[in-house]
Amino acid sequence: MDMLDILLSASFWAAAIRIASPLIFATLGELICERAGVLNLGIEGIMVAGAFAGWMAVYSGTGLWTGVMVAMVVGMAFGLIHSVLTVPFGLSQHVVGLGVTLLATSSTYYAYRLALPEVTSPPKITAFQPFEIPILSDIPLIGPALFAQTPMTYLAFVLVGLVSIVLYRTPLGLALRAAGENPSAVEAQGLSVTGIRMGAVIVGSGFMAMGGAFLTMSAFDSFFFEMVNGRGWICIALVVFGAWKPGKALLGAVLFAAFDALQIRVQQTPLGADIPYQIFLMTPYVLSILALIVMSRRAEVPGALMVPFNKGER
Amino acid sequence: MRLEPIANPSLARTTLPPLIAIMTTVVVASLLAMLAGANPFSVLGLILKGAFGSKFAALETLNRATPLIFTGLSVAVAFRARLWNIGAEAQLYAGALITVVLGTGALPWGAGALLPTLALGAMLAGALVLLVPALLKVRFGVDEVVTTLLFNFIFLLFISMLLEGPLKDPMGMGWPKSERLIAEARLPRMAEGLRLHWGFGLAIISAALVWVIQRRTTLGYEMRAVGLNRDAARFVGIPVNGVLIKTALLSGGLAALAGFSEVAGVKGSLTLDLSPGFGYTGIIVAMLALLNPLAVVAAALFVAGIFVGADSMSRAVGVPTYLADIMLATALLLMVLAILLTRFRVVRE
Repeated sequence: MDMLDILLSASFWAAAIRIASPLIFATLGELICERAGVLNLGIEGIMVAGAFAGWMAVYSGTGLWTGVMVAMVVGMAFGLIHSVLTVPFGLSQHVVGLGVTLLATSSTYYAYRLALPEVTSPPKITAFQPFEIPILSDIPLIGPALFAQTPMTYLAFVLVGLVSIVLYRTPLGLALRAAGENPSAVEAQGLSVTGIRMGAVIVGSGFMAMGGAFLTMSAFDSFFFEMVNGRGWICIALVVFGAWKPGKALLGAVLFAAFDALQIRVQQTPLGADIPYQIFLMTPYVLSILALIVMSRRAEVPGALMVPFNKGER
Repeated sequence: MRLEPIANPSLARTTLPPLIAIMTTVVVASLLAMLAGANPFSVLGLILKGAFGSKFAALETLNRATPLIFTGLSVAVAFRARLWNIGAEAQLYAGALITVVLGTGALPWGAGALLPTLALGAMLAGALVLLVPALLKVRFGVDEVVTTLLFNFIFLLFISMLLEGPLKDPMGMGWPKSERLIAEARLPRMAEGLRLHWGFGLAIISAALVWVIQRRTTLGYEMRAVGLNRDAARFVGIPVNGVLIKTALLSGGLAALAGFSEVAGVKGSLTLDLSPGFGYTGIIVAMLALLNPLAVVAAALFVAGIFVGADSMSRAVGVPTYLADIMLATALLLMVLAILLTRFRVVRE
């Protein structure tokens, strides 16, 4: 198949949007945390926990959307742990983040083994099915790519808009951005930097967990160890690539996913058969690093990112 | 709430928080063991017994601690200069890679020449693997946390590619594994009949050397200065970028020795499951040791003990081994908090 044929096929773009969806949730979550001044390296583990929690809830009989809520609440719980340690106590965001990733991952695996001690292959659930939006899904190319996705994908796009509006059009968003740029100014306004930052980390972690839940409830219908596979770290790169802006981050996630979908298709061409498959599997990680290098000169890092705020200290 | 430094912390101030942190970790582990339907006291007892209860168990713990000492030192060196090397896993595999490339017959030397060459070659490879993210950091300002993390994935795929291609053992029954090292490339045991290889000795020596570098050399002083305050270090004329690069080379080299020691001392060949996350666990080891190279040895023994003990406990009573990882994550998070509380008091507004 010719490269152009791939790029012009609706199924290719549908796959790209599907691959982008979990990244959009988690990138948004990380963006909210970082915009408030907190780097959340718990993302990888929180995605694992969200993937398991949502799937397990549905497997034990709840509805799909309840499962998404359960995942979100579990993510927020880990966000609470992260934020208590990094915000009021101002501990190293690197160490706490990696600790939270380890805690979330290992408690998930522990819970999995306790819940399903006997199974060799994990049970399946009835996952979200694609929902074709009437009329819109009939548009050639764009229709099947954008408007015949699962409901969680639509939710991801809605959240991008919602987060943009909150960040740029509301007093809450202004306070959140200020907490990440100039916390003393926020405090001077009589607002609590601690409260804003903790809230951002908790909500952001909820989004990350929904990204994980997408994997088990929308992309696949089962939970596997290692299924998050570094997606969390890629999302951290996507936040930088998106210059800490929701719209650009969305664009970055889709672009990234398009490359990922492309490498899967090139692998199946005669040319791709001659190249070791590991080269293709490396591309997402290599692309992330390249994106970081390209953006490094232009990126506008939030001024107080990773700087703990202790009241009374100047 | 607000944090206020304590001028003269009392003895209780400096000892109680870490103690409470450890006790809380034990309580959390007990509750989780109960959740799994086991008697918490027997679970904790079995972990202790499995880790240190017999000569066999203790040697197993020392063997497991060996790679953790190397990766712990690697992280301690880097974090001290605030170079966030999360890529010890990749550097470990780089060291293991050089060991099998040179140690499977390419250099037909005696052990006396071959083993030091392999160790140095491994260190060089690990240093180069961390050099790339370090250069990206100093040249372009690219955050090394993300690049070193992503490098772990890239490098493991690279190893997988080699093990299914040029490095594949033709006698390996189709498994992706390298050929075995020649006898001269194997690390000997530290004493006759003792199941402990010289990698452990090398780890102890490395810890002592790193301590000397950090406390008794200009480079060590500069590393600490760069870690404390980068701008102040630059102001007093310390070449910050140069120090960061040197730190990266040392840190990468130390992590690579873990790979050398595991291949030459334990496994004898390279497979994709050489390291069950020794690189990541090194971060816990280094943090529990407060980045002190000598304390890294003790922390590595503690962490290795929990892993070995949890394995044997799990075999006995069926509580999942992931309990060990939860205990370590809890200990890590509570310990960094406890250390803070030995120096600061919480003041209510």
